Amino acid sequence: MDNFELVNALVLISNFVLIPALSYGSQLALATLSLTIIYGVLRFSNFAQADWMSFGTMTTILFTWYLQSLGITGGFLPTALIALPFAIILTALFCLLIDRSVYSFYRKKKSQPIVLMIVSVGVMFILQAIVRFIIGPNDRKFFDGEKYIVHALDFKDYFGLSEGLTIKSTQLITLIVAIIAMVSLFYFLQRTKMGKSMRAYSNNEDLALLSGINPERVVLITWVIASALITTAGVLYGLDKSFKPFTYFNLLLPMFAAAIVGGIGSPIGAVIGGYVIAFSEITLTYAYKKFFIYLLPENLEPSGLMQVLSTDYKFAISFIILVIVLIVRPTGIVKGKII
Amino acid sequence: MSKFLSCTNMTGGYGGEDILHSCNIEVDVNEIVVIVGPNGAGKSTAMKAMLGMINLKCGDIILDGNDISNLSPQKRVAAGIAFVPQSMNIFSELTVEENLEMGGFLRDENIQKTIEEIYELFPAMKEKRNQLAGELSGGQRQQVAVSRALMTQPKVLMLDEPTAGVSPIVMDEIFDRIVQIKEMGVAVVIVEQNAKQALKIADFGHVLVNGENRFYGKGNELLTDPEVRKSFLGG
Repeated sequence: MDNFELVNALVLISNFVLIPALSYGSQLALATLSLTIIYGVLRFSNFAQADWMSFGTMTTILFTWYLQSLGITGGFLPTALIALPFAIILTALFCLLIDRSVYSFYRKKKSQPIVLMIVSVGVMFILQAIVRFIIGPNDRKFFDGEKYIVHALDFKDYFGLSEGLTIKSTQLITLIVAIIAMVSLFYFLQRTKMGKSMRAYSNNEDLALLSGINPERVVLITWVIASALITTAGVLYGLDKSFKPFTYFNLLLPMFAAAIVGGIGSPIGAVIGGYVIAFSEITLTYAYKKFFIYLLPENLEPSGLMQVLSTDYKFAISFIILVIVLIVRPTGIVKGKII
Repeated sequence: MSKFLSCTNMTGGYGGEDILHSCNIEVDVNEIVVIVGPNGAGKSTAMKAMLGMINLKCGDIILDGNDISNLSPQKRVAAGIAFVPQSMNIFSELTVEENLEMGGFLRDENIQKTIEEIYELFPAMKEKRNQLAGELSGGQRQQVAVSRALMTQPKVLMLDEPTAGVSPIVMDEIFDRIVQIKEMGVAVVIVEQNAKQALKIADFGHVLVNGENRFYGKGNELLTDPEVRKSFLGG
């Protein structure tokens, strides 16, 4: 085995496992943060989360089309990034409408979290119907701009390797946007008065009221932040892959798994959980045959695919991790409930 | 001339049978009033009524000449009443300093000066300022709870069993601090199980039985009153 083989193997793994998992993990982390904040402040598991993500992404696509029809594009960046802020505002307003018409009724009655959870299942069906009604159930690509930052062929030519490394611009955009979103969220929660009051409200509602914290204000800010996070996550996912309502709905399980693995209610846990789920999903479904061909001597080369699980079973991985965590460490990686 | 905070004729309960029957409680600034009485006498209920946390059938709550009977608890807090509940009285997942900041949430001006003043009153708080309040000992948590309430610069401070579950040494310490707070010009109302110790620092004491005022008097008078001693203080 020479050094080239080792480098080839590393490039291969980066290309098909590390980079995709990093970007999928970032998208999942943002979505899970949104779920966790709703859980922490409003105290219920929001099953409408995935379809809310579809809704936000759909809004972004509609804005993107509108901007494109006006001749406005993002140049080498996707136009969707320009549409995103408008879509966030619209999604947040829509969310507040749902909150006023549905959730606030149960909140005033001080309903049990389980009731709110079932209510959110109802909201989920409504959102699903709205999304399918407006944009349809089909697969849509809304990416424009420069597609690659590093192209496999260029990479191969440049380094003289037999394996190419591809970095899609969406992957880099995902990482940058996710980092900005996470840093500003943590800054908001830890350093600003409003953010601290959200944490205080989440921690001890009665005492927050006695301290003069306005609960309606906290709820409003929570919906807006959660909308921003989930729409961003949805758009990044859609840019990276494509937008299809059913695929988005299927992200509900990884989202919940990530929230529980990380420690439900903890934002840091949500980020960790997002990456844990994404890396597990991709490392366990990748076929390592080529990787071992590079690394092992010829007579030991594997004949099979060297795949732990078929990609069809990727949701099973979230599910298995979820079950294991609930049995072994029900509190998740980061203990405690705090937003 | 009525006192700074006077609650008269309070009658009501949690919705079922009345717990308070024409109960009166008054407190002036620079004064500690202790409410004592047997279990189930309505001590905590009386305090909740003063704060507006239960709906009274009748009764007037007058703060500094203003009728606040119809204000929500939050509005009463803004009007100058601070309350330290018996349990769940801190933000356990926030740091000590953040607890204080949340206490001063309603205040727009710079609260840093008040925080420094509170650190002078409770030096232990300054040491632990960046620690999570939930990780502190029972006595220190109680200090955080009182500090949080003081952040609104209240005119009336209400404490529901501030010494529940702390050691006798810590209890003395808490009572010393309460006296100091009183001397800052605050009216203090305490509901207390440790009746003897509380009456020692009280200017006035109310003895409630079945939601009615049974005895009222200066703290040391109640302590020496043979009838009060016999029935409530264990001889």
